[in-house]
Amino acid sequence: MTAASGLAVDQAARPPVLWASLLKDALLAALVAALLALPLVGLQTYDIGGGALGIRTHFDWVAIGAAAVFAGRLVLRLSLQLRGFRGISRETPLSHLATWASRQTLPITLAGIAFAVALPLLPFSSRYVIDLGTTVLIYVMLGWGLNVVVGLAGLLDLGYVAFYAVGAYTFGLLAHDLDFTFWEALPFSGLVAASFGIILGFPVLRLRGDYLAIVTLGFGEIIRIVLLNWAPVTGGPNGIGGIPRPSFFGLPFARSAPEGVATFHQFFGLEFSPDHRVIFLYFVILGMALVTNLFTLRIRRLPLGRAWEALREDEVACRALGINPTNVKLSAFAIGAMFGGLAGCFFATRQGFISPESFTFIESATILAIVVLGGMGSQMGVVLAAILLVTLPEFGRAFAEFRMLIFGAAMVAVMVWRPRGLISHREPTLRLGAAPAGDAGQ
Amino acid sequence: MAYFLQQLINGLTLGSIYGLIAIGYTMVYGIIGMINFAHGEIYMIGAFISIIAFLVLGLAGVTYVPLALAVVLLTTMVFTSIYGWTVEGVAYRPLRGSFRLAPLISAIGMSIFLQNYVQIFQGARVKPMPPLVQGGFTILESGGFAVRLSYLQLFIILLTFMLMAGFTTLIAATPLGRAQRACEQDMRMASLLGIDVDRVISLTFVMGAALAAVAGLMVTLYYGVVDFFIGFLAGIKAFTAAVLGGIGSLPGAMLGGILIGLIEAFWSGYFSVEYKDVSVFVVLILVLVLRPTGLLGRPDVEKV
Repeated sequence: MTAASGLAVDQAARPPVLWASLLKDALLAALVAALLALPLVGLQTYDIGGGALGIRTHFDWVAIGAAAVFAGRLVLRLSLQLRGFRGISRETPLSHLATWASRQTLPITLAGIAFAVALPLLPFSSRYVIDLGTTVLIYVMLGWGLNVVVGLAGLLDLGYVAFYAVGAYTFGLLAHDLDFTFWEALPFSGLVAASFGIILGFPVLRLRGDYLAIVTLGFGEIIRIVLLNWAPVTGGPNGIGGIPRPSFFGLPFARSAPEGVATFHQFFGLEFSPDHRVIFLYFVILGMALVTNLFTLRIRRLPLGRAWEALREDEVACRALGINPTNVKLSAFAIGAMFGGLAGCFFATRQGFISPESFTFIESATILAIVVLGGMGSQMGVVLAAILLVTLPEFGRAFAEFRMLIFGAAMVAVMVWRPRGLISHREPTLRLGAAPAGDAGQ
Repeated sequence: MAYFLQQLINGLTLGSIYGLIAIGYTMVYGIIGMINFAHGEIYMIGAFISIIAFLVLGLAGVTYVPLALAVVLLTTMVFTSIYGWTVEGVAYRPLRGSFRLAPLISAIGMSIFLQNYVQIFQGARVKPMPPLVQGGFTILESGGFAVRLSYLQLFIILLTFMLMAGFTTLIAATPLGRAQRACEQDMRMASLLGIDVDRVISLTFVMGAALAAVAGLMVTLYYGVVDFFIGFLAGIKAFTAAVLGGIGSLPGAMLGGILIGLIEAFWSGYFSVEYKDVSVFVVLILVLVLRPTGLLGRPDVEKV
């Protein structure tokens, strides 16, 4: 066989690209995009004073959008056609990464923790970096807490921010009315939030998944509206201020302390620096987040954790096997809520001020986005997603403005392409006998 | 008594608007069993398109109000339907057969996306709309309190009932309606019998979006202000209406909408305006706990 005929065979094996249908399809997509953009992008309303509106036209944007959709659709369909005949492969670079990461869990985890611990000492570190790191860790902790509910137990909770708010307000009120310190209030924040989880969960956990999601969303809104309007207790829209900062085993972080109390820098004979408190807060939330993670990892090995995952996969089968779904779900709800409450308590002490504005639905959606993008049930994915979502807006105003837009689009895209999350790789928690050869990651 | 009557009229108007949105939830749920969380956003987009259409007509010099209303009604329905169709094709169709919560999460993502899309391109400020239809009847006067039914309220209630009548006929007596009912009962069987299920589902979203667009237009006229965030609360209230009436049932959605409108009107009229949104959430939770099938719904049997 000559080289030329070999080439011919090769070409025959690959069906011709159907340019006409591709172009038609892409043109149709561009037309739809233009129609969509015409009223909302092409015609922009703006205030002209006196309570009236004017209209600016931006048809150039519409044209750019339609052209982008045309090109994108063409490339997408073309690549699908060229690849499609080999069968759509499940092996993508991301899934390789996920498989690799799942085999190297321990080293990656240790390296991550070492980096997090060393962060305040690294040369590029500054007050700004540590502050940012603290914010990331709050979201990591919230993500891990919500992961118990969504990832392990499979209950979609759209009102997680309610528990965060309950924790924060518990500390705010305890500090305001009873002079509690952060460390004294922390367990109460967790307890109160867990009780709220049980109070909410008890009536609604019989509901099917999507109903539950809407009810939890309603619950989150109720909490926010009550915080906003019950002014005599919660301070209404003004919130609660003057929340005490945490102390290091009773040593406050201040330039000077009242009589008989040594401050942190006096006790250790250091020069006073406001950075001490920032670094301390960072280590507190790092410790809290790691405890959350450890707790989750351990409880997955206990009968309770196994029951959560079993319930997520098949409720009817679980019931047949004698698991009480209500109790199991309720425990997941309460534990998830407790971590939310603890994170809320930390949030209150870090900000020193809380108001209902910090606890809107967008916050719930952000936490959910972190869990979903990271891969539901994947602890490492949560960390990556939290870093991505928190640091993205820091790169500039343009990103900040488009942040939520990108979130929304990413949530849709992840569900369409990788419903189990970006770097998720699900190993069964238990295997019978030898590991099967096939890929279990679906 | 007069005050009561006034709240009744206000509640009916509000309820008509919620009912129109609720139909979109209930139809989609009936056929593919998912909560279209982005439906409230479709309604918000309808409101924006209507306000933009009014402005364009104003610039074009159309001053005859009935003509303007008719033109805006049609354009809003058409453009919003395209949004409904696209959302279904992009965010939900690829997910059929995925795991249970996937479409809901995708819908939440879509909802966040659409909200921010409108915020970025139209601005975050509240958009005012000068009153277009003014005047009304005084039905009753007692003790210095006049009960008024404005022309606009009458227009909203009448248009809702006309749309409902047309819509019920569409479902009951056309081939498309028959196909929809078939898909609702058994999607796989329907597709075996030659019904293009994907097309039926797409058209369901288009119809839902068109009705939500009408609701958006009504709210623009009724309240005179629109912003990018109105879809969130209205969506939840309409969903509550759909659940209250029995999800999957069309008359139920309308009934639920009117009941929610009445509850909200009477609550703000007699108790407190601050907690009027809480009243709706409480109704939602109570209905789901005490009577999950709603007023007119069928019991949902879980198949293994």
